[in-house]
Amino acid sequence: MSDRVFTVAIWGAAALVASAFLWLLGDLAWHGVAHLSWSFLVSEPMNAGRAGGIAPILVSTLLILAVALAASVPLGLGAAVWLAEYTRRGSTSGQSIRLSLDVLAGVPSIVFGLFGSAFFCVFLGLGFSILSGGLTLACMILPIFIRTSEAGLAAVTDEWRHGAAALGMTRAAALWHILLPAAAPAIAAGLMLGIGRATAETAALIFTSGYVDRMPESLFDSGRALAVHIYDLTMNVTGGDGAAYASALVLVVLIVAINTGALALSDRWQTRRIVTA
Amino acid sequence: MTTSKPEPLLAYTVGDVESGPPCCEPVAHLRITDLSIAYGATTVLDNVSLDIYKGCITALIGPSGCGKTSFLSALNRLTDLMPGAQVRGRIYLDEIDVLDPHLDVLALRRRIGMIFQKPNPFPLSIRRNLELPLREHGVRSRAVLEHKIETTLRDVGLWEEVRDRLDGPALALSGGQQQRLCIARALVLEPSVLLMDEPCSALDPISSGVVEELILRLRGRYTVVIVTHNLAQARRIANYAAFFWMKERVGKLIEFGRCQPLFEAPAHPLTAAYVSGMSG
Repeated sequence: MSDRVFTVAIWGAAALVASAFLWLLGDLAWHGVAHLSWSFLVSEPMNAGRAGGIAPILVSTLLILAVALAASVPLGLGAAVWLAEYTRRGSTSGQSIRLSLDVLAGVPSIVFGLFGSAFFCVFLGLGFSILSGGLTLACMILPIFIRTSEAGLAAVTDEWRHGAAALGMTRAAALWHILLPAAAPAIAAGLMLGIGRATAETAALIFTSGYVDRMPESLFDSGRALAVHIYDLTMNVTGGDGAAYASALVLVVLIVAINTGALALSDRWQTRRIVTA
Repeated sequence: MTTSKPEPLLAYTVGDVESGPPCCEPVAHLRITDLSIAYGATTVLDNVSLDIYKGCITALIGPSGCGKTSFLSALNRLTDLMPGAQVRGRIYLDEIDVLDPHLDVLALRRRIGMIFQKPNPFPLSIRRNLELPLREHGVRSRAVLEHKIETTLRDVGLWEEVRDRLDGPALALSGGQQQRLCIARALVLEPSVLLMDEPCSALDPISSGVVEELILRLRGRYTVVIVTHNLAQARRIANYAAFFWMKERVGKLIEFGRCQPLFEAPAHPLTAAYVSGMSG
């Protein structure tokens, strides 16, 4: 009897979570599809976004994301390798950096926005630009990305490190050929968490990459991200709901597509170097 | 394979056990003097002096925790990787000062191969496992790589078993095959010394027998230092044996000598008790 209650409760909890998510997706699709069309994707917004499309916003979003990834992936991997391979377990410098990263990962995005605005826009003189926005997002992505990648590397067995060392292989070679590919799933997971956080970001971008909804001409131009566009349409533009729903739908599809791509890439990297049993 | 005797393996280049080159001329290949190893404040091995002879198999025996593995790791400087490890004393490989802080450790490790207790092939294909160390040491030519890979796999008796699946995953091999692949991976760099840390203890009896036979065939061509807890195995394969024991929680070398006399007429009462199974 009690087992039955337990089973029902477990299934109920799972169903509740799944249905909330499905409802959200369904609502988005229901309201968004009507507004969605090819021309919506490729035309400029008009009348503050009520009419027209989201082409410049899509371009800005992808550019901001590209800047964020270009800055955070190499830096993040380097930091993760340093933490996992070059600090002794339990050393004070490693521990204090880990702690700072964990604190940073929990800092509200608006704080990153203010920092980005003060540092990239004003101090470095980049102004309201896609570059400022992308770099600010990189700062947001880094803590999560570093910590997940580090955990992935730390989970790789020492037997391979010792085996590689005993063969007179350099640490760099062991990392490149054996350790990083073995940690690739964790690195991809960290990357996807970061990308998810970055593409969904509004608060940090309003102050850094700005608000302008025309097509950006360079990375130094201001550009409006999708999340900012959705925020603007729902909060500031009466009659913008349809376009907001359609943009949100595009955002969800975009995130799913990027995540699938990242997974496929990590898979390919892993199987190319590693043949798993 | 139903009998405990492994199937005869084809086309060895090392040669049969009987026809191996004569060995056990006591020419010191590794000279170890006053070696002490400590991890932080804990000394695990104290004042060991020992010559390892060229082309012979030297077995290190003794109970767990008496510093045999640490001793082995000092010989190829793998102790560099162990946090807090301090090695004092002198180790010479021919004329090379192994403990010289300016020594090219990667080159040293190319001359001293190591086999670990648990087989640790890389999670790559069988071919890549052998190719990777070669490429790291500058072998680029496709033909040379192919040749070396085949020769070495024949040396360890693995060629016939894996020739059709060289590009398959090394981790899909059985434990014994994995260990022979690891031996091949060490041999492919043409070292002169092989360090083996209980290479058979994680294997089933049949695989263990195959690996043991392989080690015997290496005698003469390589200087082998093997840690083993299997006294019968030490007796079967070793030319020399070194007996380690813990005294006041510190590992010490108690007795060293030719294997047969050490087992049959040990000079030290501790050795006598250990080899007869009375202690340890």
